[in-house]
Amino acid sequence: MAELSTSAIQTDYMAQVRQKRIMNTILLVVFIALMLGGFATANDRNAGGFWNGLPMLLDFPADVISEAYSRAELLPGYFVKYFPSLIETINIAAASTLLGGLLGLVMSLLVTRGLAPVPWLIGPLRRVLDVLRAVPEIVIALVLIFLLGGGPVPAMIAIALHTVGALGKLFSEVNENASLKPVEGLESVGAGWTQRMWLGVIPQVAPNYLSYGLLRFEINIRASAILGFVGAGGIGYDLRNTMSWGQGKFDEAAAIFLLLFFTIVVVDQSSSYLRNRLTHGSAKGKIHA
Amino acid sequence: MSMASLQASTATNFQRKRLMGFAVPAVILAYFAYIFVAFDMGGLAERVSLENTRTLVSDAYSYKTHVTRDNRDGGVSIAIEGERKGRYAEGTAPEWVALGTETLVDLGDDHIVTFGETLVTYDIPGYGMIVTEPGRTGVNATFPTDEIPEWINASKNRVSITTDAGRLTVTRNRSEVFRYAMGWELFFFTLDSPYHGMGFGTLLSHAANGEAGAIWSDFWANKMWRHADVAWALFETILMAFLGTFGAAIIALPLGFLAAKNFTPLGGVRFAARRVFDFLRGVDGLIWTIVLSRAFGPGPMTGSLAILLTDTGSFGKMFSEALENVDGKQIEGITSTGAKPLQRYRFGVIPQITPVLLSQVLYYLESNTRSATIIGAITGGGIGLLLTQAISTQKDWEEVTYYIVLIILMVMMMDTFSGWLRRKLIKGDEAGH
Repeated sequence: MAELSTSAIQTDYMAQVRQKRIMNTILLVVFIALMLGGFATANDRNAGGFWNGLPMLLDFPADVISEAYSRAELLPGYFVKYFPSLIETINIAAASTLLGGLLGLVMSLLVTRGLAPVPWLIGPLRRVLDVLRAVPEIVIALVLIFLLGGGPVPAMIAIALHTVGALGKLFSEVNENASLKPVEGLESVGAGWTQRMWLGVIPQVAPNYLSYGLLRFEINIRASAILGFVGAGGIGYDLRNTMSWGQGKFDEAAAIFLLLFFTIVVVDQSSSYLRNRLTHGSAKGKIHA
Repeated sequence: MSMASLQASTATNFQRKRLMGFAVPAVILAYFAYIFVAFDMGGLAERVSLENTRTLVSDAYSYKTHVTRDNRDGGVSIAIEGERKGRYAEGTAPEWVALGTETLVDLGDDHIVTFGETLVTYDIPGYGMIVTEPGRTGVNATFPTDEIPEWINASKNRVSITTDAGRLTVTRNRSEVFRYAMGWELFFFTLDSPYHGMGFGTLLSHAANGEAGAIWSDFWANKMWRHADVAWALFETILMAFLGTFGAAIIALPLGFLAAKNFTPLGGVRFAARRVFDFLRGVDGLIWTIVLSRAFGPGPMTGSLAILLTDTGSFGKMFSEALENVDGKQIEGITSTGAKPLQRYRFGVIPQITPVLLSQVLYYLESNTRSATIIGAITGGGIGLLLTQAISTQKDWEEVTYYIVLIILMVMMMDTFSGWLRRKLIKGDEAGH
């Protein structure tokens, strides 16, 4: 084969670059068209148009803030009044994370190749996790509210089910990276499946599990507030009530907004601090081998 | 370290581990006990509505046909699920109903209900004939046995008989029979369509004879299941997720540069950008949805903007972290060739972060499909709205089941799609460098 001259390489390279640029431009144009067309469609289907609504965007927050400001002395009282609801919302999130995490842990061990006690169940159980992950919490919650009545239990079950799906998958990815040597060691001394998992796998993966669990807790706090809004108790329920009371209760709504905001910020910050410590390890926390 | 002290420290470590092995499960158990009390789980058994559960489960896989007689004028109407949209045309009836001066309803297994001129009778095999006479003063009923079994509920103004075959309710003004059957009867065609009740093969031959368009439009415009509306609602939900996710990514990218240490030397700007992200994320999607729906009304635009605002915060934070991790050497190399600042970004930074950003954005696309369903249920838009509407009627559980299945399929499809796109784009990018 004849040697390629520099100029031939250059023309070839330039042609490739040009082709890639054309492709990128086409993709970009298609993307922009999709975005613009999408916004136009969404705008048409909306009850109020974007440009009509834009000037009113700040009306509601302004109402809430002005009302809260004019009755600022009542706010601490409202914080006390709605604190139990906030606790309920946090409890829903915590209980469902814990419950979902524990079930997710078992599920993850059942769907990890090499660890699963029943290999042919891996496929079906993974599909179960996929479905659990795909169902939005609100769907299960609304159906359960019909069956069980309002209150925190439907929300807890709904969020826990979704959590099983989400954490089960993440945990099983963690399990795949776990070393099998301790498991083999335990097997050689006659340990059963539960013992192998509990003593051989869990200690390896626990920090990662905890880190994912904390991340999930952040997400679940938000979910539990939303589910309250559709009737499942907690602070979301109070928020809807204070808002649907019409004028005159916006100061209470403002108090709930603030409570929710600070809770989310505090949980986010502390969980991200804890997760950092879990993944990178604290300076002295490591138990020496 | 001496042998003895090593042994001592190991022993304490073991002690601590052993203690933890009991303490952690104990704490978890104690917490669950507290939750059990706080959420009043004990009282749950009383609150469970078995009636609702039964309706829900049976509705999900079966349908019922109502045969109703107006006792005042003697008019008989037959309707699937008792809905006007599922009503049989005047003079027509399914084969188990014989219309005439006397209407005979065959519930199967020799259960026969007769709407006579004045009397309504129910012949139950193994029990006997129940005769009721609805009139102005109430419902007179005679039973074959003196003792009335528990599946019959009789009072002065109302007699209700529930058997395995169906259910008969007689009041002063109305006599009504329910007959249950498997499946979702009107799913493909409503009764006013000529294609109702045709087998698949017959339909195919009709379609081959040039009726495909008519068949499709009858199916698509089905008044009971509203396939066109449902398809549109699904599209709207995906649209919300798409606009919200990519809109947020477009806005968050420049803001991400402002919040990254290596691109914005001004501490004040960086601080401000980061607090904006924290604020957007801290004010939850729920609150954004409420605020936005006050201004823009219900609909997909409100939903996309709510997703956009929340995710701008998340993306901004992630993008700025990705930007802080870029390799400075590549930028130096580009600078050494005399590139201007914009070119340095274009060729030195963007190629490094594109795979990271794209994969994060596409992860969010899938989870936002779920958020869009939830936001739709709160503000009213997309499949979430249809779902809440169907649930609030408390009787269209077959539709609820259908929507839930569609939602699950939609989310799984988006998951597969975004995963495929991620592999395709990121692999393509690596090869193209």
